[in-house]
Amino acid sequence: MSAELSAAPEPMNAGAPAVSDAPRTLALQWATVRVLMMRDIVRFFRQPSRVVGALAQPVLFWFVIGSGFAGSFRVEGAQGLGYQQFFFPGVVTMVLLFSAIFATITVIEDRREGFLQAVLAGPGSRLAVVLGKALGSSAIALLQASLFLLLAPLAGVSAATLNVPLLLAVMVLSALALTGMGMSLAWWVRSSAGYHAVMSIVLLPMWVLSGAMFPLKGADTWLAWVMRLNPMRYSVEGVRRALYGAEASMALGASSSSAGLEVPVLVAFAAVFVGLAAFSVSRRE
Amino acid sequence: MSEVLVSTATSHPLLQLEGLTRRFKGRTAVDGLSLSVRPGEILGLLGPNGAGKSTTFQVLAGLLSPHAGLVRFEGRELALSDPSLRRQMGIIFQRSSLDDLLTARENLKLGARLYGLGGERARERVEAMLALIGLADRGDERVSTWSGGMRRRLELARALVHQPRVLLMDEPTQGLDEAAFRTFWAHLKRLRDSEGLTVLLTTHRADEAEVCDRLAVLDAGRLVACDTPQALASRMGGDILSVEAPEPEALAAELRERLGLDAKVVEGRVQVEASQGHALVPRLVEAFPAGRLTSVSLRRPTLADVFLQLTGRALGADVPTAEPAPRRRR
Repeated sequence: MSAELSAAPEPMNAGAPAVSDAPRTLALQWATVRVLMMRDIVRFFRQPSRVVGALAQPVLFWFVIGSGFAGSFRVEGAQGLGYQQFFFPGVVTMVLLFSAIFATITVIEDRREGFLQAVLAGPGSRLAVVLGKALGSSAIALLQASLFLLLAPLAGVSAATLNVPLLLAVMVLSALALTGMGMSLAWWVRSSAGYHAVMSIVLLPMWVLSGAMFPLKGADTWLAWVMRLNPMRYSVEGVRRALYGAEASMALGASSSSAGLEVPVLVAFAAVFVGLAAFSVSRRE
Repeated sequence: MSEVLVSTATSHPLLQLEGLTRRFKGRTAVDGLSLSVRPGEILGLLGPNGAGKSTTFQVLAGLLSPHAGLVRFEGRELALSDPSLRRQMGIIFQRSSLDDLLTARENLKLGARLYGLGGERARERVEAMLALIGLADRGDERVSTWSGGMRRRLELARALVHQPRVLLMDEPTQGLDEAAFRTFWAHLKRLRDSEGLTVLLTTHRADEAEVCDRLAVLDAGRLVACDTPQALASRMGGDILSVEAPEPEALAAELRERLGLDAKVVEGRVQVEASQGHALVPRLVEAFPAGRLTSVSLRRPTLADVFLQLTGRALGADVPTAEPAPRRRR
């Protein structure tokens, strides 16, 4: 026995191969996804402070930072479009990011408490658990962003340039990608204090460097590369294009390298990060 | 209770662990544990904190992978992650798995859905479970307002809502007062009978161990005994003489030398196990001048005493986990 033990130093799955996968039906997986998604949505509405914060924060952000920078910032070649307009899509992405961050902090809390343990001990697959969490967070993010988008007319968005399908696609994919990224990070960090550090040294700088606050034109080469690998950049530029049209968004500083690529690139990011999150969560320790 | 034991003694085990082993960075938390759980019994894993109970529990809950060993359910070898095995288990964790922002009913419904129960079937089970734990009229309250005992009962309902065959519990009554403890166990035993459950739980409470059908005594990740509480208690032949004294160590040494007794100091008191305990009391009192003994008491051995005899450790004591490696591997 001891020889056998030392020959198998890595955890294994209790000997036998899975005898039966029959009960792991698609219906069960979907039930797991749906129940976790609905739980997060119900929880959101039962915390009035969260609802108020979620609505007020982006508006405040847009007005305060937007008007603060408006005087000193001039968008070259974009007639009639000021900083408030430039900044608006950045705030939409910020809403998506903050919602993802919040959702992933709840993953850390759920994990410490018994709730997530009870879910993981159930028959649902871990991919279903991650998807449920990601979709729940995305639904809340979309709701928040949609409410904020009611202010779009104030940001100079006209019906002529508004591209709703593109807008929805970019927002859903961004929400999934950001939640997946947040969950992968949260799973390794394990403590909410550590996650706050990750948030301030990784996630927020990524947002600042996404083209949300200033155009990406003229950045150093290495910085340009960092920006190219930043999912939030495609989110910001996708939202900008969906709101103001291709022409104005180019004038507002969208880099030509991402024009038209936002959706496929975000699909890739969402797939990679949700997959990474599922992989992290499914590693049995 | 004994009837159940007789009738199940010959039947095949429902759940078997064979050579289950789990290490953490050089420390072996569970060391080749083999155990058979019979259908319908309540089997307690007894041991102090750090004996490997919780690790065993987490492996069976599918949260930790074993490094060696296998698990059989109804004789069939199954991976612990196998959904068909996961469905057969209802689990109560040490930490609350309830969502405070949801009502009791919603918590149960969520539990049912996670195991694939939907629609009318889920509703029926949720209502049946609420009634069984005696909280049917409070199902629409948010659980954040509930007492520890009520929450624990709801955990029980949540773990059983999908009708598992096995209930797995990690220190289920930790932190509950005496009354809540008794209520929880009354409900558990009733549910065991009505749902045809088999129960496996970890505990380090002697009073909880007493109410189990059988006990598996763990020490340093190994099984040191497995029997009914009565049989375990009868392993200790006689009575326990417990002496309170100002200088327990000195007294114990003297008892060993002068009276040839196997005296040891346990939690500040001198303990002697003796077959004729009552005859020993006058000898003891006569042998020592006034002031050496503060009090002398005689009692039947408890499971805590059995545990001490089997492992050399007090049941209530924590095995130090700060420096476990050198201490545990003997």
